[in-house]
Amino acid sequence: MCMTRLSDLPLDKPVTLEPMKAFPHLRDLVTDVSWNFRVKKKIKPFKPRPPDAPDGTWRMAQADVDRVQEFRKCIECFLCQNVCHVLREHQKHEEFIGPRFLVYAAALEMHPLDTEDRTEELRQAHGIGYCNITKCCTKVCPEEITITDNAIIPLKERVVDNFYDPLGKLVKLFRPKAQK
Amino acid sequence: MPEYQTFEHDVLVIGAGGAGLRAAIEASAGGASVGIVCKSLLGKAHTVMAEGGIAAALANVDERDNWKVHFADTMRGGQYLNNWRMAELHAREAPDRVRELEAWGALFDRTKDGRILQRNFGGHKYPRLAHVGDRTGLEMIRTLQDHGVHRGIDVHMECTVLPLLKDGDRVAGAFGYERERGRFHLFKSKAIVLATGGIGRAYKITSNSWEYTGDGQALAYHCGAELMDMEFVQFHPTGMVWPPSVQGILVTEGVRGEGGVLQNREGKRFMFEDIPELYKSQTADNPEEGWRYCQGDRNARRPPELLTRDHVARCIVREIKAGRGSPHGGVFLDISWIKQKLPNAAEHIRKKLPSMYHQFKQLADIDITKEPMEVGPTTHYMMGGVRVDGDTQMSTVPGLFAAGEVAAGLHGANRLGGNSLSDLLVFGQRAGKFAAQFAREHTGSRIDAAEVDQAARRALEPFERKGAGTEGPYQIQHELQEMMQNLVGIVRNETEMLRALEGVHKLRGRARRVGVHGNREYNPGWHTALDLDNLLTVSEAITLSALERKESRGAHFREDCPNQESALGKVNTFVRKGPDGLMQVRREPLAEMRGELKQIIEEMK
Ligand SMILES: Cc1cc2nc3c(=O)[nH]c(=O)nc-3n(C[C@H](O)[C@H](O)[C@H](O)COP(=O)(O)OP(=O)(O)OC[C@H]3O[C@@H](n4cnc5c(N)ncnc54)[C@H](O)[C@@H]3O)c2cc1C
Ligand code: SF4
Ligand code: SF4
Repeated sequence: MCMTRLSDLPLDKPVTLEPMKAFPHLRDLVTDVSWNFRVKKKIKPFKPRPPDAPDGTWRMAQADVDRVQEFRKCIECFLCQNVCHVLREHQKHEEFIGPRFLVYAAALEMHPLDTEDRTEELRQAHGIGYCNITKCCTKVCPEEITITDNAIIPLKERVVDNFYDPLGKLVKLFRPKAQK
Repeated sequence: MPEYQTFEHDVLVIGAGGAGLRAAIEASAGGASVGIVCKSLLGKAHTVMAEGGIAAALANVDERDNWKVHFADTMRGGQYLNNWRMAELHAREAPDRVRELEAWGALFDRTKDGRILQRNFGGHKYPRLAHVGDRTGLEMIRTLQDHGVHRGIDVHMECTVLPLLKDGDRVAGAFGYERERGRFHLFKSKAIVLATGGIGRAYKITSNSWEYTGDGQALAYHCGAELMDMEFVQFHPTGMVWPPSVQGILVTEGVRGEGGVLQNREGKRFMFEDIPELYKSQTADNPEEGWRYCQGDRNARRPPELLTRDHVARCIVREIKAGRGSPHGGVFLDISWIKQKLPNAAEHIRKKLPSMYHQFKQLADIDITKEPMEVGPTTHYMMGGVRVDGDTQMSTVPGLFAAGEVAAGLHGANRLGGNSLSDLLVFGQRAGKFAAQFAREHTGSRIDAAEVDQAARRALEPFERKGAGTEGPYQIQHELQEMMQNLVGIVRNETEMLRALEGVHKLRGRARRVGVHGNREYNPGWHTALDLDNLLTVSEAITLSALERKESRGAHFREDCPNQESALGKVNTFVRKGPDGLMQVRREPLAEMRGELKQIIEEMK
């Protein structure tokens, strides 16, 4: 999409460029994406466990870091937000945070050091239920983040686990998160 | 009278790269109300592009490392023109600043025992760069941004500051316009931190994005602050050269750190032919040893491809000028050869250098695991900038602080890779802390409404210029970039630089007659017209300083004075606005170094 090369297009026909549709249009190709920055503020921040070593540092395995690094590649281009029908067609900006911020929430939730629980908000205020896994977001991501399979689906599972399995939730409370 | 909206903060931070964000976080932690302004969207500043890593003597990979070695490396790289106090603080405090990022959620690559992994980089004696693959800058800026948004900092995005405003001697605020609608903003504040980054756009071939028009250096200069070391512009040896649309885009030094070699069209590894005296004892004298170094052999010395950037850049220019370059006017950088050494080389390259792999695949149709890249020098980094106090980062104007690339001092005549990201953290933190302190100790200042009105009118002038004698801003910008590239570039001489100086004056005359069309809403022509003065100011400062330094040292190379002059090794070059409004240049001796630090340098020689 944003990386399309002109030489790959049929140049005998006009090339149409359009501004992003999920956000208010300003001028030419420019839209107002400030909503995204407001959404981010609503997501509970990172809350690390106490340091592992006396010098105040932590120990993490590369494998655990790798999983989250995929999500942290996000460059906040908001292309995924733009193609998600929940925002683009249904304009659910008040009820749904969109794929970018589900990726962000996943990065926090799966962070090896994080101890915060965001499932309640994900279900309610962040509206994860609106996503019906069309995978349009994954297709456009220039950073090739597998948004749906790697971020959204595991988050949905987490939400289901915590809400419809209260006993499981109780058990988890007594288990450190890193071992989940 | 043009309208404007007024905002008030104790501390105003201009720029939201690593330095600006770190300063804002610290100022806010110090109890100040903080506003941060940036030209683009939050999180899009230049810092995002940094690939290689953050230099800090954590000693996770090689326990022989410590702040003293880092200090000595930084001073050697800067050819001892560095502000030694800054080099000391930087080396001492960088490890804490990196660990703090981890506590805020950054996820660095790990060692086998789970600590922060560090990699080799040019000029650093031990593996020292904490990194995240080759997207360290993104990790850093996102961490700071996400940490900062929960601190109640007011963010003014897509807003460009034009002049700084003063109350007597003191800085009192800033005036700017927002990009979307072109509306004017007045920021009143007790202290200001400049964190506006570099000047790359003064040159034609650069790794820098559109934002780096030297605004901070020019703003500080016009408000009476001194600039220093402006002759030291770093040309990174490896930028893309083909296709033309991507010329200048950076090819990270990490490629060479992982074993990439430079070759001319005859297939020769030309870097072995020219190893400077100062570095002989630390440099491998055969390819085998160089490769062992890249593989982490602690007894091996580094390959000559990892010599300082200025040196590697000049060797590349020499090969190209001698007709031994690659087809598109660069030289070859080959990492694919490591398949002779490693069984799973292609996968290894993709894992270690993912962004480089994609960059060449997508932009140049080249698979770097199979074939060599073509590379050439690109304007990369400004060592010079606003003169600051080493401890507090305050400029020569009370209340005006500077941190990051816009400030001078840490890097001297040349910067080591990885020392910028650590610079942003260490001195961003300090600038924020002392700006908040300054704000606490001073009452509010007064801004003259007439001055604001004048700033607004001046900004609108390009709309009013019409008819014969006016021209658009782009032609002037292109001519300036072309001129700086050709006349004040990697290899300089007096005749050409005098021509450049004359050129700057002529272009300034033309810039005063620039006219633009349309209205104030999202009008790039207008923005370019307003940037011109900054570009011209820094170009003049670079040229004047480069003329003043009649020797070759670090990143500054003069073919008419190819040697180092020991007398000039004891002075910095300063630029300030004279009482007549003209730019003045002068030399000043370096401050005497503390004995203890001198000793460290002696021991590490
Ligand atoms: C491709 C590339 C790779 C690099 N890799 C490394 C690396 O691996 N390691 C390393 O240490 N260094 C690296 N560097 C250097 C380093 O990234 C920069 O020096 C550093 O990021 C500069 O940070 P900063 O905070 O000073 O400013 P920047 O990140 O440049 O931010 C400047 C900010 O100021 C704002 N601004 C500018 N002018 C105005 C104005 N007039 N009004 C309002 N706002 C304004 C901009 O919008 C922006 O927000 C690299 C540089 C490049 C270009
Ligand atoms: S998968 Fe979900 S988030 Fe992604 S585009 Fe479809 S509905 Fe939107
Ligand atoms: S498309 Fe990918 S990179 Fe862009 S905002 Fe969405 S997740 Fe981030």
